[in-house]
Amino acid sequence: MNPDAMTVPAARTVHLDRLGTLLSVVGVAALWLLPFVVFKINRIVSGHPRVLFDVLPLWSTLTFYLTLTLVAVIAVAVGNARIRLIAALLGIVAVALVIGGAADALTPPGNRWVRISPGAGFWVLLIALGLVATDAIARLQPRPAIRVLALLVTAAVVAAALASGYFDHLSIMREYAVNASRFAREARQHVLLAVGSLVAAVLFGLPLGVLCHRLPRIRAAILEVLSLIQTIPSIALFGILMVPLGALAAREPWAGQLGISGIGAAPAVIALFLYSLLPVVVNTVAGLARVSPATVDAARGMGLTNWQILIDIEFILALPVILTGIRIVLVQNIGLVTIAALIGGGGFGTFVFQGLGQTAIDLVLLGAIPTVALAFSSAVLLDAVVDVMNKTLR
Amino acid sequence: MIKIESLSKRYGPVTVVDGVSLTIERGTITVIVGTSGSGKSTLLRMINRLVEPSGGRVLIDNRDTAAEPAHLLRRRIGYAIQGHGLFPHRSVAENIATVPRLLGWKVARIRARVEELLAVFQLDPAAFAGKYPHQLSGGQQQRVGVARALAAEPVVLLMDEPFGALDPIIRTKAQDDLRGIQRRFGTTIVLVTHDMDEAFRLGDRVAVMSDGKVLQYDRPAMLLTRPADPFVSRLTGTGDRALKLLSLTTAAEASEPGAAEGPSVAASASLRDVLSELVWSGAAEATVMGADGKPAGRLTIAAILARGRQA
Repeated sequence: MNPDAMTVPAARTVHLDRLGTLLSVVGVAALWLLPFVVFKINRIVSGHPRVLFDVLPLWSTLTFYLTLTLVAVIAVAVGNARIRLIAALLGIVAVALVIGGAADALTPPGNRWVRISPGAGFWVLLIALGLVATDAIARLQPRPAIRVLALLVTAAVVAAALASGYFDHLSIMREYAVNASRFAREARQHVLLAVGSLVAAVLFGLPLGVLCHRLPRIRAAILEVLSLIQTIPSIALFGILMVPLGALAAREPWAGQLGISGIGAAPAVIALFLYSLLPVVVNTVAGLARVSPATVDAARGMGLTNWQILIDIEFILALPVILTGIRIVLVQNIGLVTIAALIGGGGFGTFVFQGLGQTAIDLVLLGAIPTVALAFSSAVLLDAVVDVMNKTLR
Repeated sequence: MIKIESLSKRYGPVTVVDGVSLTIERGTITVIVGTSGSGKSTLLRMINRLVEPSGGRVLIDNRDTAAEPAHLLRRRIGYAIQGHGLFPHRSVAENIATVPRLLGWKVARIRARVEELLAVFQLDPAAFAGKYPHQLSGGQQQRVGVARALAAEPVVLLMDEPFGALDPIIRTKAQDDLRGIQRRFGTTIVLVTHDMDEAFRLGDRVAVMSDGKVLQYDRPAMLLTRPADPFVSRLTGTGDRALKLLSLTTAAEASEPGAAEGPSVAASASLRDVLSELVWSGAAEATVMGADGKPAGRLTIAAILARGRQA
């Protein structure tokens, strides 16, 4: 037999994407096993899951399942990151449209007491699709400016979708409608607490970091104290601060006038400030240590003053590492501020704890989802800044 | 002229530099050579007060260096180090412009000076001015480092192992270039090295240091023929000292008038190279060619050998 006759053209092997396969399995399981939408007669009773076929017209339910199937096939078998991203976004839009439509269909006209909540299936599906999307973005390796632009566009689209009224029958939006004026106030307070304690930590931590860099003898002691503070649980730290701050406010009238008291924003800001110090100081020290001694020696030898060496050379060269520390602090603070609501500090945590107290899970989500979105957005923004810095200051 | 008067540096009980006195003539290259820990870098760094002396003083053109703030003194003195110490976040042009900017030069004057220096160091201004240090080769980085040190037209240039990070071929080229630049600008150079060959190749005068003291400060030939201390002869090496001595004299200096047979050699070639050429070609004498390309004299093998004998 002619050996040549045996050679056949190599079959185009379909490469199975491991992450895509895993997420598709998770998504399909979520859709079949977990409720997608839950009907509650009012906001605090436990709800009853509803089957989509009973809620929406047959054709839209079928279109939804077909769309998700297509997304799953692409996630499993297509390697092109652009197509994967478009598919994931398509899936997210479909999920959003269906949950909004289901909420609409399930709400009896004029009834303001029923609550239509997204079920566990919705959340798992959304997370799976979100992971496919972020994975595709990571593979595309977009430039920092593109990433920031994508974030802004996403924020604008989400804001427009929520403002359109399409989701108004959804339980979280119902809770929002009830709390709209407080929501804006708590959002402002949340950002203020997180950013304010960060600014204080930077103002205090940068000089402290420079001091640690210049005086190695005190470095270990300072870093140990700051690490120790980090190990104190936040609730305990609030408690520790409550006593001296309360005493101060009681003894000195000016302290009370400044808004300092044992509970409220003052202990929250101080606690967040203390937690923020370690990352700021550690990264300042690490950034300064990264500057080559030869560079500093040459700078001094050419007649730069100590101040010029610190600002023009050491500090600028350390900036990417310092900014990485600031990013850690900001994301950490946005999460930690939630706890501040426990002692009357305000912020999105107010909704979380109120919701927990009332066993109203939708109110918890009203506090939790914006917190996550805020932390995620600031991480994307600061990552972009750090990337730009690293590129210019190699 | 730099006058170093009984200069000392002590760190607690340890004396790093011990009562050193040297006079460095204007427009010469002085090489301070010694093993590591000999105090040579500390001595150099006391000239621009990167290290403050514990005792003694330094005069530059009869002015005490302690009389003005250290950072102002340093702006008048060039400083180049091993591994160049370029600012990684600044372009080549910005690096070179560092001291002129500190001194408040006009923008146009700075630009002209940067372009002049890049050209002198064989770096095309159009191609290199905007590059960043990480985009350059090791040899180019080192040249920019020296150009930066010379930017504000300093009278004195201090160099601490400036060629230590270069490979041998680039190092030899850099040393030759430094000689040419020193002649061009007339700068007084004080250079620290642990490499005796570098000291012999560059130094008008060489100071040999050990344990914080200068054992001998003299012309290179004198270190070979009249070592003041056993350590000096150990450092210079005795195995090839005759050849080292020959390498210090040029063909032009040793030639005698008259025509010769045999291979022609450049007037600037060292006697060591001429000897090598004669041994290789089997000739007994060489024709020394002048800078104009015409025969300028003759050099016999016997005359070369006489030069290499202990005087």
